[in-house]
Amino acid sequence: MAEVSLKGVSKNFKAVAAVGDLSLGIANGEFIVLLGPTGAGKTTTLRLVAGLEKADAGTITIAGQNVDAMAPAARDVAFIFQQFSLYPHLSVFDNLAFPLRSPARRKPENEIKQRVHQVAELLRISQKLGNRSTQLSGGEMQRVAIGRALVRQPSIYLMDEPLSSLDAKLRADLRLELKRIQEELGATILYVTHDQIEAMTLANRVGVISEGRLIQLGSPREVYQDPQSIYVAQRLGQPQINLLPAGLLPNGGLPPGTQTVGARTEHLKITKKKNGAGTVEWIEHLGDQNRLHLMLGERRITTLVDPDSSLQPGDRLEVSLVKPLCFDAAGEKVRS
Amino acid sequence: MAEIRVQNLQKKFGDFIAVKDSSFTIPDGSFFCLLGPSGCGKTTTLRMIAGLELPTSGSIFLGGKDVAYKRASERDIAFVFQLFALYPHMNVRKNIGFPLLCQGVARSEIKSRVLETAKLLRIDHLLDKPVSGLAGGDRQRVALGRAIVRRPLAFLMDEPLGTLDTEFRDLMCAELRRLHERIRATTVYVTHDQLEAMSMADYIAIMNRGLIEQLGSPQAIYDRPATMFVAEFVGSPAMNLIHVPASLAKGSTSVEISGTRIKIPETREAALNGHFVLGARPEHIHFDDSSKFRGEVFGAEYLGTTQIVTVKIAQGRVKARLPANLKVTTGEQIGLTFMGERLSLFDKATGRAIKTVLHEGSTNG
Repeated sequence: MAEVSLKGVSKNFKAVAAVGDLSLGIANGEFIVLLGPTGAGKTTTLRLVAGLEKADAGTITIAGQNVDAMAPAARDVAFIFQQFSLYPHLSVFDNLAFPLRSPARRKPENEIKQRVHQVAELLRISQKLGNRSTQLSGGEMQRVAIGRALVRQPSIYLMDEPLSSLDAKLRADLRLELKRIQEELGATILYVTHDQIEAMTLANRVGVISEGRLIQLGSPREVYQDPQSIYVAQRLGQPQINLLPAGLLPNGGLPPGTQTVGARTEHLKITKKKNGAGTVEWIEHLGDQNRLHLMLGERRITTLVDPDSSLQPGDRLEVSLVKPLCFDAAGEKVRS
Repeated sequence: MAEIRVQNLQKKFGDFIAVKDSSFTIPDGSFFCLLGPSGCGKTTTLRMIAGLELPTSGSIFLGGKDVAYKRASERDIAFVFQLFALYPHMNVRKNIGFPLLCQGVARSEIKSRVLETAKLLRIDHLLDKPVSGLAGGDRQRVALGRAIVRRPLAFLMDEPLGTLDTEFRDLMCAELRRLHERIRATTVYVTHDQLEAMSMADYIAIMNRGLIEQLGSPQAIYDRPATMFVAEFVGSPAMNLIHVPASLAKGSTSVEISGTRIKIPETREAALNGHFVLGARPEHIHFDDSSKFRGEVFGAEYLGTTQIVTVKIAQGRVKARLPANLKVTTGEQIGLTFMGERLSLFDKATGRAIKTVLHEGSTNG
């Protein structure tokens, strides 16, 4: 494992700036997740680090060494793709061993055996080593695909939405596994996703990326609690943060310059009250979340409520703010 | 609009039974989700309702008429696919109006119906724009518009949001549901995403290996899963299943696990196969230092307002949903309590729920 750094990296595809002046330092053993919508430049960033794309400007170093002129194979990175592809004619063992048998990295067979068993144990697929890769469930296949990267001990693992093709339960299980494995191995990982839950739960630091630019980088807690802009605030938190004009709700005083107030569940105090300004529109039962949709005049506010709440559509509510997030006219956080 | 009734529907592909003897009724004007993992038979069921696939046996009634062996074009339904294809050389107006043009509807009527549909979808300002320049959401709306404009008896949708980003999918879910409130068209929606199903459906049918495991309102399915499969498939994180190698008598109000008494909803039947399973949703587990039911914190996942804490217990691992401001440390020993009146019970041998007082007089099931 090693530290990796990107300095002022840019990549254009014709007129489209896929990545613009991106600087990012990934410490040895750190798990960084880049969060952004489709087309934000996440995958391009990974491909630049891997050497699958050549940057137009900027430098990339791995373990202190400039790799800009190096071929992908020489960079010592392992790439895990969204669509896992295994060799269907090989057993799980041989799929896992494959990278260690490649001419560039040939290892003695007894060392390969030891390493494959170690990784299989880590991924809890030891009992499947003899199976053909086609006899596995989707979750097992993806674990083998991840395992094929893990058998190598590269400077950095690059992961492109590796969990997104799995169903919800498997995704939740593998998320926790991946985090545990990363901590056990002390692996350096650059991971990209559009799923905010993956970003929040996996990352040491989350980078919010938009139109090829890194907007904010920080621990999940920092980015969630102290977003630099409305854009970042909207990327994290479910339901999405409510944006209200300053002064709409009682707030106990906002810092000067505040134009827009951002209110998540924890920033709203809601009590049932006759003649309250808000009205319950409906309560949405999503199972693990119960969302209260309330109307405040023309505006809808969505917040979480207790699953056993007795609120009914039409009930009147008093709504006030508790230390909300404050943004100025440009959508930037107001610092007080 | 019409009711859809499916009776003893079966579909075999060679030796493989994709759909096994399914029967269900979709009330007129309701939003019905077929939910299940890939390969469970949900898309095959939808394709049979659409007429894209012939059943091996069984009937499909659309507005009272058996259409099981009629052609798709004779069924008066609209199908919305996962990958919405628009005609790239036509503008929005022409794309939406195209199905009517094919049916030979008069120009003046096409014009008014396209406008009406575009207003419903709030894309009337885009009517004269080429579709190639549209954002993903607007393209999706145009594709929906092409289905709505025909005023069919029913809409069938096969994972129409499957390819979208999570954030955008949330927005489209809310929009589809609001659209449904406005037009109240019978809709059959196939998805493997339980959140989509929970947020939009009036009724959900959960399929597994060609069988419907449970059919009910989202709330009923979440609160009273009929099988262990349903319990694990719906909810994120999934329901915790704690295995107990013991039988359970009818009328029990508590169970003993690792020497601790845990209250349960009173059972209305016995489970005598010697192995039952206690099901607890993550939000029904709390930390309490005074509890004798102990565990060790394995990890915490911060989600902003809440966090998911995974705890190792003697029977495996459980996940609890707790407020994010509660401080927990990996490796810490903690006590757990359960919200006894909300727990589910299953018979390990059959996988089915053991009836309890929760299954009686259910008001919203």
